[in-house]
Amino acid sequence: MPTKIEKDTVSGQDTTGHEWDGLKELNTPLPKWWLYTFYATIVWALVWVVVYPSVPFWRGTSGWIAREAIVGEVEAANARNAPMMARLREATPAQIAADPELRSFALAGGRVAFANTCAGCHGAGGQGAQGGYPTLADDDWIWGGSLEAIQQTIRHGIRNTEDDEARTSIMPRFGADGMLTAAQIGDVAEYVLSMSGRATDQAAAGRGATIFAEQCVACHGDRGEGNRDVGAPRLSDQVWLYGNTKAQIMAMINNPRMGVMPAWQGRLDPAVINMLTVYVHSLGGGE
Amino acid sequence: MTYVEAPLRAFAAITAFWGVVGFLVGVVIALQLAYPLLNLDLEWTTFGRLRPLHTSAVIFAFGGNALLGTSLFIVQRTCRARLFGGDDAGWFLFWGYQFVIVMAALGYVLGITQGKEYAEPEWYVDLWLTFVWVVYLIVFGGTILRRSEPHIYVANWFYLAFIITIAMLHIGNNVSIPVSFGSSHSYSAPAGVQGAMIQWWYGHNAVGFFLTAGFLGMMYYFIPKQANRPVYSYRLSIVHFWTLIFLYIWAGPHHLHYTALPDWAQVLGMVFSVVLWMPSWGGMINGLMTLSGAWDKLRTNPALRFSVTAVGFYGMSTFEGPVMSIRAVNGLSHYTDWTIGHVHSGAMGWVGFITFGALYYLFPVLWRKKAIWSEKLIAWHFWLATLGIVFYITAMWVSGIMQGLMWRAYDELGFLQYSFVETVEAMHPYYVIRALGGVLYLSGALIMAFNLWKTVTSSEAAEPEAAPASAIAVAAE
Repeated sequence: MPTKIEKDTVSGQDTTGHEWDGLKELNTPLPKWWLYTFYATIVWALVWVVVYPSVPFWRGTSGWIAREAIVGEVEAANARNAPMMARLREATPAQIAADPELRSFALAGGRVAFANTCAGCHGAGGQGAQGGYPTLADDDWIWGGSLEAIQQTIRHGIRNTEDDEARTSIMPRFGADGMLTAAQIGDVAEYVLSMSGRATDQAAAGRGATIFAEQCVACHGDRGEGNRDVGAPRLSDQVWLYGNTKAQIMAMINNPRMGVMPAWQGRLDPAVINMLTVYVHSLGGGE
Repeated sequence: MTYVEAPLRAFAAITAFWGVVGFLVGVVIALQLAYPLLNLDLEWTTFGRLRPLHTSAVIFAFGGNALLGTSLFIVQRTCRARLFGGDDAGWFLFWGYQFVIVMAALGYVLGITQGKEYAEPEWYVDLWLTFVWVVYLIVFGGTILRRSEPHIYVANWFYLAFIITIAMLHIGNNVSIPVSFGSSHSYSAPAGVQGAMIQWWYGHNAVGFFLTAGFLGMMYYFIPKQANRPVYSYRLSIVHFWTLIFLYIWAGPHHLHYTALPDWAQVLGMVFSVVLWMPSWGGMINGLMTLSGAWDKLRTNPALRFSVTAVGFYGMSTFEGPVMSIRAVNGLSHYTDWTIGHVHSGAMGWVGFITFGALYYLFPVLWRKKAIWSEKLIAWHFWLATLGIVFYITAMWVSGIMQGLMWRAYDELGFLQYSFVETVEAMHPYYVIRALGGVLYLSGALIMAFNLWKTVTSSEAAEPEAAPASAIAVAAE
């Protein structure tokens, strides 16, 4: 196509004289604001690459190093909290709870530590979860709700294999190991339901009471009040770890599920364990 | 001489098809984030497997077919030359590329991935794509070499830069060794921070050369065509083309701020990203200013409305990008939904809209129809899709910035204010709004698919096109 420069009537600009499939181009100069902004970014870039490390072996005139900047920030934060953390490490949970300054610090730090470490099982705010994750915000404690008991549980955990001092106990597999028949298990479950006033078959509950007295009272108590020394939950209330239906209770008697919790001693700073202790104790049911 | 068109009709149709598929999977995974139950507890339908299916379907299936189809259309017409390799080459590219897409998608769902974002397909797909891509380069370059025009049109510069650079990036980032003979899995050749650097050299330039340069080529043809105006500035097109392709290739390290990547590489990536701002905007200026004297056409031509709005979104995301690449801003934005919103204003607004505009132009031309079946439905598509984008990106801005601020919030004693799960809980409403935006965008695309289908089957036929006299003369030489 021969070159034919035309004047565009709308803009007053010349075309370049080329044409492709009916498309033409104007020869408009570069917009000034565009060009000068572009130059400005280049000038800024040149300054930046001198001030900061920007090519291998060039450290920049500022001496800034990303790693040192971050390490410095972390160290400063740790240093700021160091005196408080030292006091929290030395004090007992009871002393922390009694000292307003330590207590408010422990509650703030405990909340964060709980959210990062404990909320996965026990839920944000300790509301617990179905399937064996106890609520920590109520006054129904399996292993004890005093500051000392809570600290013990956090330090050593429950039924884990990593800590010799872990809290432990085993409930027999009454059905799976043939200690009770299915009918007897049904009767016991009916009796357990009667403890919270929910039995529907009084005759079965009566038969179950006899079996309960032989098999269950050693851990769960005469009236199902539970025993914290062996982590046997109270059966006479409305709080259930693994469900409150008769079928779920029978499943637990037949082949019990028992919760496991890791030991946090050695993983968490003793100060953090103390903060967690005070925090969990404060959630609503501390004793 | 006649232009090769049958494979291009296939490319145009499959672009619309993959678009709908990609947007649909996007809606599904957006809903999964809002309602995790929708992962269905099946390994094949979990978010982790469907997410690359969505990104690849949109970028490589929808975007890739749009680029292949429009580039082969434009290169022939602006060079006044028949496609090098003819119909056979066009059909090979079509089927060869669809095979890549299907193999990649099957791999994702079955859990075969090399775990590199936007480069998930394993070595056997990579090898085949390399072959198809080299054929593409030969076909495109060969057509340019046999052109009858003395000059190469600007759209073809951008397409050529896209094809060459993607070949380089694809090969560079996929050097790997299969785990064992016959294994579908592989080890990446570079490891650790070197691997990360190469991945983001690839990843950012997939944005720069696939989603930007390629689609700028599309813009440089369809906007002047639809507006029936000359391109605003030839000089600007030269300067912004060369600065864009020179600067983009360095910008990748801004994806690796605050990582083990050496400081100098992070700073360099950020500096180049900021300087890239004006070269990117050169394309926006040329796109928008081409409309001077033809702004009234926006009222009467809803397809042009798509193309022009696309340029607006392009300008917005190419400003947002340099801002987010600044280290201090990145400290807030990185790993948050802000990034997702940024990518989607580019993908839905720029890539999607420029492609919709092109499809509405191409269908009547390729099928010899007078016009699109229903202009009214184009308008419906436009407003639904625009509303969808607005919902999407505003939700992601709010949730992303909120997320970043929550992560870094400290109380007066120096403890973190929020746990991770609290940030997730806080984002839930925005996830729902985002999914709603996706549903609107998908609805628009379904309307488009219907409209295009009716155009092919029911629109009035156009008058036969008179062959340009000079083309015949050239063919006879």
